[in-house]
Amino acid sequence: MLGRKKFILGLKEKLIEKLLFLCSFLSVLTTFGIIFILSAESIEFFKEVPVLSFLTDTQWTPLFVNKHFGILPLLCGTILTTFIAISVALPIGLISAVYLSEYASDKTRNIIKPLMEILAAVPTVVYGYFALLFITPLLKKIIPSISGFNALSSGLVMGIMIIPLVASLSEDALRSVPNGLREGAYALGSTRLQLSFKVIFPAALSGIIAALILAISRAIGETMIVAIAAGQQPRLTLNPLVPIETITAYIVQVSLGDTPHGTLEYRTIFACGMTLFLLTLCLNIISFKLKKKFQEIYE
Amino acid sequence: MAKNILETQDLKAYFGNKQILKGINLAFLSNTVTAIIGPSGCGKSTFIRSINRINDLIPNFRIEGNIIFNDQDIHDKNVDEVDLRRKVGMVFQRPNPFPKSIYDNIAYGFNIYGIKDKYTIDAAVENSLKKVALWEEVKNNLSQNALTLSGGQQQRLCFARALAIEPEVLLLDEPCSAIDPISTAKIEELIHQLKKNYTIIIVTHNMQQAARVSDYTAFFLLGELIEFGKTDGIFTAPKDKRTEAYITGRFG
Ligand SMILES: Nc1ncnc2c1ncn2[C@@H]1O[C@H](COP(=O)(O)OP(=O)(O)OP(=O)(O)O)[C@@H](O)[C@H]1O
Ligand SMILES: [Mg+2]
Repeated sequence: MLGRKKFILGLKEKLIEKLLFLCSFLSVLTTFGIIFILSAESIEFFKEVPVLSFLTDTQWTPLFVNKHFGILPLLCGTILTTFIAISVALPIGLISAVYLSEYASDKTRNIIKPLMEILAAVPTVVYGYFALLFITPLLKKIIPSISGFNALSSGLVMGIMIIPLVASLSEDALRSVPNGLREGAYALGSTRLQLSFKVIFPAALSGIIAALILAISRAIGETMIVAIAAGQQPRLTLNPLVPIETITAYIVQVSLGDTPHGTLEYRTIFACGMTLFLLTLCLNIISFKLKKKFQEIYE
Repeated sequence: MAKNILETQDLKAYFGNKQILKGINLAFLSNTVTAIIGPSGCGKSTFIRSINRINDLIPNFRIEGNIIFNDQDIHDKNVDEVDLRRKVGMVFQRPNPFPKSIYDNIAYGFNIYGIKDKYTIDAAVENSLKKVALWEEVKNNLSQNALTLSGGQQQRLCFARALAIEPEVLLLDEPCSAIDPISTAKIEELIHQLKKNYTIIIVTHNMQQAARVSDYTAFFLLGELIEFGKTDGIFTAPKDKRTEAYITGRFG
């Protein structure tokens, strides 16, 4: 009797274990599937377009008669919007993080943090139209020459969108600095400002850099805002006032268009996808390494 | 003529509703070493951490009574706590060097006071490291990260860091609890020498250490000062039964 019960229990355990394994295996499988398709299609693409011209050609006109397949204009668009976004998100995010970790009382922090997380929960399409219909007209009042679609407004809004990410991750890094360091610094006669910026901030630096890199990779991968507000004109320029196109926005453009499957034009999106994938992968690896290093210091 | 550089008058301390110190009256003569002994949790740390107002940083901490330093109440509106902490240095129970180079750890105190002169700082780094007997061990690696030092070395570095800015009073909260006997001996030797220029208050669980380094001893029990007097007297002829029981190791 008891033996049977035990047997059934054991069977149940095993079944559940198998099920759990299957679930996690599924996500691994999906990842490999994506990488496989990305690679396969990219290889087809690079059979027709040499890697060298993909990396060095300064024009991207796969949908025109005179075809060019240079990733540089798209990459430039991505870098430009990312740069603008980070210029907004990094200082504001870090100052918020220092405030939350070193100045705010528990009460204030418990109010502000959830509010900030709401900012992160707004759908990106809303941010996109916010950039297009609110920020751009606003900018036009200050800079009349700005185009209706431009890198600046989408970059700025993207920056606002990733402030919570930077703030929250950096705050975690700052708060995990042991309290003993704070007391040590105070005991030597530090002001709170000196403590924050000369002791706590440097002590948390690798954690903060990890946050920064994650923010960059988030900005690089951001699609909706730039697709809506930055334009669709691949252009090798650092001028933030004119329409540009990012890698992600291009992928959207082609996916939504009527490009037939299996054509070279169609395969461009996989080459672009591959580029994005490699970019963010590198950044994530760096960020992961830094985070690990940071954790090691205090263990 | 020695004078009371520091005095607590009916000092009561609370964490929230919990009273930790129940009216401590103690006076510290300048250029003396006072040991504070007592069982764990009796409020020794709370007491010395009140003197440099480090406890004031803890949100639910509250204090009653007065702490007089150089004839002034440290909670007086005119007293700048940053200034106070410069004059009342502290070495903590657990070594807490900054994750910076050895050199920068000591230079920090100068840095935050806007002293940039390299010769002044270099000299202070060397002097203070020599005082804590760490100089020979690290003189060729001053740019090494302080966290790579051993626990005992880290504690001596924290000691050097506190000495470098030349406070008047040094608060030592079990400075030797995390370090080996050799480093401990070095620190005790240092305390002897420092008496010439500093007033020292040391919390310790080590009775021999208290007897070796201090001129006066205060015995705390459950937030109360049970006995205070010359160290010789306390250790040879304690007046209170509880003191006797504690120092002979019968409780605590
Ligand atoms: N931050 C705090 N919040 C609340 N209670 C605290 C806090 N710090 C200390 N206490 C309480 O105050 C009492 C005295 O602690 P204190 O650290 O002063 O003891 P101690 O004599 O230094 O002990 P030990 O010898 O173990 O270091 C303890 O009961 C402790 O629980
Ligand atoms: Mg203690």
